[in-house]
Amino acid sequence: MISIWFFIGISLAVNGLLILGAGIYQFVYPPAKPEVVLFHLHAGIWWGALLLVLGLIYCFKFAPGRTSL
Amino acid sequence: MTLPFAVAVPARLVRLTGIDIVIVVFYFALVLCIGWYLRGGANTSEGFFMAGREMTAWVAGLSFLSANLGALELMGWAGSAYQYGILATHWYWIGAIPAMLFLALVMMPFYYISKTHSVPGYLKLRFGEPSRALSAISFALMTVLMSGVNMFAMAKVMQIVLGWDINFSIWVSSLTVAIYVTLGGLRSAIFNEVLQFFLIWAGALLIPILGLYEAGGWTNLRLQIAQRTSEQYVHLWSGLGSFSGNPMGIHWTGIVFGLAAIMSMGYWTTDFLVVQRILAAKDIRSAEMAPIIGAGFKMMVPFIVILPGLLGLAVLPEKLVPESVAAATGAHSYNDVFPLMLARYCGPGLLGLGVTALIAGFMSGMAGNVSAFTTVWTYDIYRPLINSKESDHHYVNMGRWTTVIGVLVSVGTAYLVMQFASIMDYVQALFSFFIAPLFGTVILGMLWKRATGPGGFWGLLCGTISSIAMWAWVKVDPSALRYVALSPHAKALAQDMYQGLWSFVVCVIVTVVVSLKTEPLPDGQLTGLVYGLTAVPKIGDVPVYRKPFFWAAVVIVIFVLLNVVFW
Repeated sequence: MISIWFFIGISLAVNGLLILGAGIYQFVYPPAKPEVVLFHLHAGIWWGALLLVLGLIYCFKFAPGRTSL
Repeated sequence: MTLPFAVAVPARLVRLTGIDIVIVVFYFALVLCIGWYLRGGANTSEGFFMAGREMTAWVAGLSFLSANLGALELMGWAGSAYQYGILATHWYWIGAIPAMLFLALVMMPFYYISKTHSVPGYLKLRFGEPSRALSAISFALMTVLMSGVNMFAMAKVMQIVLGWDINFSIWVSSLTVAIYVTLGGLRSAIFNEVLQFFLIWAGALLIPILGLYEAGGWTNLRLQIAQRTSEQYVHLWSGLGSFSGNPMGIHWTGIVFGLAAIMSMGYWTTDFLVVQRILAAKDIRSAEMAPIIGAGFKMMVPFIVILPGLLGLAVLPEKLVPESVAAATGAHSYNDVFPLMLARYCGPGLLGLGVTALIAGFMSGMAGNVSAFTTVWTYDIYRPLINSKESDHHYVNMGRWTTVIGVLVSVGTAYLVMQFASIMDYVQALFSFFIAPLFGTVILGMLWKRATGPGGFWGLLCGTISSIAMWAWVKVDPSALRYVALSPHAKALAQDMYQGLWSFVVCVIVTVVVSLKTEPLPDGQLTGLVYGLTAVPKIGDVPVYRKPFFWAAVVIVIFVLLNVVFW
């Protein structure tokens, strides 16, 4: 049975990848007038990377066949 | 250069880009996949209604917490923090932690060992059918109505925050919930609640991190809040010595005796929506550990709920106003603080995740209400009172159909609330009528073997009636608040606390008096249901760090420290 933690890993990894991609895009092509405060911190990059890493850890650790529930 | 495929929507607080929409769509696809995948484990009543009773402590614990941590929580309590300051934290600390630990260590053994499927089911075993029927019918009614109220609130939020059409929000979310709960039952609801827990943290945690960075740290934040409002906005206890000495107009007795001792005890130990998640645990140790795990994370929730509201007081350029003023003037209301902070710090992608967290919160809340309603309807109303001789397969089908019907009734309620907004207040009041008396009935049932069936029933009924009477009295004559809540300065939250306290007292007194005047139940009938007649299985010879009591002690120590630090 696929563990709930594997699904969590999928969710974190996919969302992390999308956010990281968006963050890198905005770093390479910054908007003329950033809509968010603290744009210079590029939170999308490091937060997206963190979610992606966490997601991959969960996917690996709780991959189907390695554990249940 | 902006991202391509930006989605323009009218009259909204935040603007989603294409990447945000992808994240939202991915969430919907994932929950449907989870429901589809789990359909195979929901073909028996135990599988459909109780998730096979095989949830681990972590899954049951996070689900237990998430069932309560919905989007209305995120937005409503952030708004309350903006309105009342750090006092709102009481609903997460003293108003939750002691009750959750009490459930874990004192009440869970009775719930679990009795093998009941629901809280009304326990009342049936302990006090007989009349108590079960009263509790089940009231719970079923208010749960499905609350689901509708939440659905309307979600649609309204999506309209204000994103500019989405109300009908679109209602039907897309309700159909999604109907599909994954009908397919996978309680297991599907639980899985999605755990998913929601992670999404909420992933989507909301950036707000306090970036907000504290912008404010210059906690000390600077406190100074800014004190300058803009008052010193009492950043003190948890020191202003509660008088009713007028704090923004909420409440005395510490209301917090301790009303909120902590009664309302939170009533909610966390008897509300079947949350208790059902613990009943699905795989063994007694997991059932005891789950609320303790939930309590540990509950203590951290103010970081993503209360702190954004406090940060809003310091960093938002505009002043937020009450809902009624906002409706008249077009200004932003207190409840807008969370989405405003989300829009302030979260760019493309991050915003989508934050919005997904809100949507996940709403949908999990709806799924939780519907799954609890389905179980109570099937086990506590349909089977005992209408049709008790059918096969297990029949009751599973009843559960699936009830899920669909429950969702449709919720949708109907949502549209009704759209026409008559005051219904929301009445449904929420309805919820508060039953919680405190129900706690009185259940706790007396568990701890006092002399409590009889008639005592339990009449105590529950009289406690509920007294709660309704107090509410109606204040509604008709607002000056009655000085009697119910002991102060004319009391706000709505304070009234709820004292109303709960008095109705609990009435329930207990009536239960005791009627029980003493009626025939006691023989011990043989109470085995496994009452303290002193229930053999709780020993955990065995395990290290102390594997015992629930140890972790409960850790949680209590941290809880006390937090209250001292933020005094």
